[in-house]
Order: sequence, then structure tokens, then C-alpha cells
Amino acid sequence: MSIHIILFKSALLCYLAATVLYLLHVVARKEKPGKIARWVLLGGALVQLVSFVLRFAQVGHTPVTNMHESLSFFAWCLVVIFLFFDLRYRLSVMGAFSSVLAVITMLGSGIAPRAVEPLNPALNSWWFPLHVTFAFLGNAAFAMAFGAGVMYLLQDRMLKSKRFSALYYRLPSLDTLDSINYRALTFGFPLMTLGIISGAAWAESVWGTYWSWDPKETWALMTWFVYAALLHGRLSIGWRGRRAAIFAIIGFICLLFTFLGANLLLNGMHTFEAFQSTPY
Amino acid sequence: MNILVVGLSHNTAPVEIREKVAFSPTAMAEPLQQMLALDAVNEGIIVSTCNRVELYATSREPERAIIQLQHFLADFHKLSFERIEEHLYDLHGEDAIRHVLRVAASLDSMIIGEPQILGQIKTAYGYASEFKTAGLILNRFMHKAFSVAKRVRTETAIASNAVSVSFAAVELARKIFSNLEDKTVMLIGAGEMCELAARHFINNGIAEVLVTNRTFSRAEKLAAEFNGRAVSFENFRDQLHQVDIVLSSTGAPDYVLEAKKLSEVIRLRRNKPMFLIDIAVPRDIDPKANKIDNIYLYDVDDLQGVVQANLKERKKEADKAEAIINEEIVQFYRWLSTLEVKPTIVALRRKLEELRQTEVKKTLANLSADDKTAKSIDALTRALVNKILHQPTSILKDAQNSEDGDAYIDAVRTLFDLPVPVADDSTATDGAGQKD
Repeated sequence: MSIHIILFKSALLCYLAATVLYLLHVVARKEKPGKIARWVLLGGALVQLVSFVLRFAQVGHTPVTNMHESLSFFAWCLVVIFLFFDLRYRLSVMGAFSSVLAVITMLGSGIAPRAVEPLNPALNSWWFPLHVTFAFLGNAAFAMAFGAGVMYLLQDRMLKSKRFSALYYRLPSLDTLDSINYRALTFGFPLMTLGIISGAAWAESVWGTYWSWDPKETWALMTWFVYAALLHGRLSIGWRGRRAAIFAIIGFICLLFTFLGANLLLNGMHTFEAFQSTPY
Repeated sequence: MNILVVGLSHNTAPVEIREKVAFSPTAMAEPLQQMLALDAVNEGIIVSTCNRVELYATSREPERAIIQLQHFLADFHKLSFERIEEHLYDLHGEDAIRHVLRVAASLDSMIIGEPQILGQIKTAYGYASEFKTAGLILNRFMHKAFSVAKRVRTETAIASNAVSVSFAAVELARKIFSNLEDKTVMLIGAGEMCELAARHFINNGIAEVLVTNRTFSRAEKLAAEFNGRAVSFENFRDQLHQVDIVLSSTGAPDYVLEAKKLSEVIRLRRNKPMFLIDIAVPRDIDPKANKIDNIYLYDVDDLQGVVQANLKERKKEADKAEAIINEEIVQFYRWLSTLEVKPTIVALRRKLEELRQTEVKKTLANLSADDKTAKSIDALTRALVNKILHQPTSILKDAQNSEDGDAYIDAVRTLFDLPVPVADDSTATDGAGQKD
């Protein structure tokens, strides 16, 4: 087993353990597991960081050139962004959500093809890591907004219908969920914008054109507009609560399609196959 | 030594009976001393609240002590024993211990998790200490009960959800706003429940209170009481957009607040949420308002429903508390069983014998003495140990029948650092439960 696989599996195990601990805390309401969970999650993130650095040293480029690598990198971004939010909010329900999502992403990464083919020279640019890091961190922030949005809708529905399930006692207040939604948006939107700009700059440096309307670019732009609308609504029209939650959910669905759908279903230069072919 | 409980509670007796056997908190000396005077009773505590009257005691003759305690309860209140007999329960051994721990942890309360009972038991224990009717075992036992109650409170959510309507309103507000410190509450009309809820909000740090009433002078009076601001009934609607929480209980036959007005208000507030509590019957606020985004409207029935849901949640937490109590019972039994005479003497002898043998061995190794000397040394030390142990052993043997016997046993265990027997073997629990 290569060192890379060992590190990958240890990180996955950490995330899995954190998930169990967070669920123990949220469902069975035990205090200690919740506290341990964030350290386990942090441990997993550090292990993965080491794995990226080693991988970078080994192949000499940013290791997000196939589905396996990019899903794994996305899981890492999720965990990092959650830990960042956790500094302020200390919400184990968000922890449970993030660690579950990270585990699913890691599992997806585990079954995705991990062959490293000869590299497209286009990727050998400093714009590439910038583009990917901005985009992925932005996506992770939007995932937080999505999680908070779903929880908001659940909590809002229970408060309106006055029928409380066990979940009611475990979810935080509407105000907290709404403010996470807003915070995530204010982080995610600039990151996504930077991601798109750096991507365009990279495209210009490699292909001589900023924008070529490939499917992923089109979808990313659409998603960007959804989030722009939400940000605008929040700042100038006083959108909040339910509507903001719904928008965050729609935005994230678009994002998922941009990220996965465009790679799996549509053809364009963002697909991993395109990475390995000659530039056009 | 056996721990006993004799008494009645809301589970077994109606209030007409409970009030007859209740003890006056201002005159506890007499009943406590009478209780201790019962010849089968060694120690005693009387817990008397509006929901229960219970006698906690220790005795070496549980059956006799229980009958004496039952009659004491009737006689003291000049009731015929038959009158209260059917309502009484009596417990001893493990059942009694579990019962007291459950009572202290508020698992046996009419409203599970209510916080007063622990204070009431502490007060009862206070009287018993004051009049010196609690001895070694009940002292230890009560402190155990207090620590278990604390554990249950911190390790389970048994007391975490409101079970009164007015407090449920505050908790709901926290589920909506999270932070009440910068929020404004408005009282429309007056009413006991409304004022109670307002007071809860103030205690939870609400920033501002507005009061309105058809009779402005009443609004002013109430506002002064809450350190708030009175608003005339004619224009209170114009101030609604600054208000986060509305408490309404007017006697008006029609709606005081229409849904249409409220959707205007929410627009003015740029969708900042509002929590409306309508305690009035007939209702003050159009129920359609609940359909407006970011408005949460609760009437009396809704709040009752919340209380019911909270109670259910508390019951779930109670299972966790029972597990904690089971754990603690084992621990307490372990200690109680150390107060048995026979195992204490055996442990004491064994300890000294071990010491003797080690020392003899050490000495002989250095001496390289002949057989005869060795035998003499062995005999000498053996005799010494026996002589030393003679008096303590006979005192311990008599201790079974004396008042402060347990204190001697406890002292010996402490002085000689005797090991605590392992509790999970059945002799330990049986010993404490029945051997006397």
C-alpha cells in the first residue's frame, strides 16, 4: 500500500469517527463526543494536508487532475471550512452534516478512477492551483449555506406547524441558522468569483481566450448568478430566513450539477478526459 | 443496617390525605425526636412537601421499624391508621435507596425534572442535622442523593425544556431569535399569564418593554412596574415594526391585530422575524398571521401543546437518569456493605496478619537465627497482634447492637485503610439488604 493510500484511508477513518461522535452528541445528547469530534476532524484534515503536500512533491503539480483527487480535495475543503465556522458557532449539528458530507465525498473519491495519466501541459500553470482552491473553498462554503438552509426549513416548518419532532430539540435557533447562511454566502461568493476570474485568466494564458462557453463555464456562471441574486436580495431588499434558505439550496443544487454533472454528463475542456488530451 | 422509606405521595394519595399528614416546616424538632424515639429506628429524616410526605430511616429490624413508622405517621397527626393505610408505601434495602435517589433527581415528581424537590430534601436534611437525627448512614446517603441529583441534572436534559406555558414562550423565542438581549417585547392588554410571561422575558434579558392598554393609566402603571414604556392603544400599531415579541391578552371580542396589518409590519421590518403570543380567549390575533413568512403565532393551545411535547422529551431523558441511578446504587451499596461487622473483623485480622508476616520475614532474613529463635519471634509477634486486636474486636462485635456501632466500623475501616469489598458479588448487596 502506498503512503498516499494509507494517508487517504486514515483521513477517511478520522472523518468517519467524527461523524459517529457528532451523531452520538446530536442524537444521544452526550456531551463529550461532540468535543472530541472536532479534534478528530482537525486530525483528519491535517493528515489529508500531508497527503496533498506529498502528492504535490511526487507529481510536481497540484493533485486535482482526476475525479479521485478532486473529490478528496473537496472533502478537505469542506472540513476546513466547517472548522473555520466552528470557531464561531460551535454547532454540532453542522458538524454532523459536514462530516457526513465529507465521508460521502471521500467514499466517492475512493471508488473514482485514480489513474494518473501523462499531464496536459495546460495544467502546469500557477493559475491552476489558484483556480481550483478558490472554487473548491467557495463550494465548501456554499455547502455550509446549504446545510444551514435545509435545517432552517425544517426548524421553520416545525415552529409554524407547532409539531415538534425530536429534531426540534437538537437544531439551533432560526436566527443562528440564518446567520450561518449569510456568513457562508459572504465567504462563498467572493471565493467563487475569484475562482471564476482566476479560471478565466488561466484560460487566457493557455488558450488565449478568457471564456469559451464550455458547459461547465456556463453552469458556473448560472450558479454565480443565483448566489449573486441571493446576496443582492439579502443586502438590499431584506431577504432572509426561508427565502434565503431556499435560494441557498437551489444554488447548491446548481453547484452540484456544475461540479459533477458537467464532468460526468457533458463534454468540455473541464472534464478530466480533456485534461489528458491535447489542448484545442 | 437497612435503609427504610415509609410515606405517601401524589402517586398514592389525594391532596385531602396529603395535607393531613404534612409536617409544618416551622416545627420539625418534635416529630423528628419522636421518630428517633421509636425503638426500632436508628436514624431519621422527614421530607414533607405538598406532593409527598416521607420518612427516611435506618434500622436493624426493618419489619418492626416499618410498622412503627407507619403508626407514628398516623398517631402524630391524630389520624386512625386505617385512614391512611391504603395510601402508604414502605420500602427497604435497594428499593428504598432507589426511591430516595429517584425522588431527589426529580424522577418521581408530578412534573418530571422540576427543580424544587432537591431543595426541599436539602431543607429536610437540614432539620435532621440540626436536631441530630441523621447519623452516619443517612448523612452519607443524603449526600449521595444530592450528588446523584446533580449528576442527573448535568448529564441528562431532564430539566432543559420548559413545562410551564409562560416559560415555554421564552424558550420558543430563543428558538427563533437565539439572543433576546437586543429584542423588544410589547404587552397588549393585561392579564396574569401575560405579565408572568413578560417577567420571564425580562429575566432573560430582553432589551425593552412596551405596554399598551385601552385604559392608558393601566398601561402606565404596568410599564412603570416593568421599567418599560407605555403606548396609547390608538397608536400601538404604528410601533409594531420595532417590536420583536408581542404578548397579547385583551378582553376584546374581535381581533386586535389583523393578518393584513401584520404583513405590512413584516415588510416594514424588512422580514425580521416576529413572535406573536396570543393568550387571549377569544383570540386577539388573526390566526392567518401564522401563514405569513417570518411570523410565528402561538395561541394558548399551541403553547400547551409545546409543554406536552416538552414533557414527553423529559420522559425520554428520564430513562438515562434511571441508568445513572442504577450505577450509583451499586456504589452506595459497596460502601454500605463495609459497615458489616464480620467482614470488617476478618479484613482487620487479615491486614495485621499480613503486616506481621512481612515484618517477621524481613527480620529473620537479617538475623540468620536458628529454628528456635525463629519460632519464638513468630510466637511473640502473633501474641502481640492478638493482644492488640482483642479490645477492638470485642468492641466491633458489640457494635452491632449499639447506637453508634456503624461509626466504629467506619472508623476502623478508615484508620486501618481496609479495602472496600467488591460490590458486584451478591453477598455484599444481600448483606446490606437483609442480614440485619
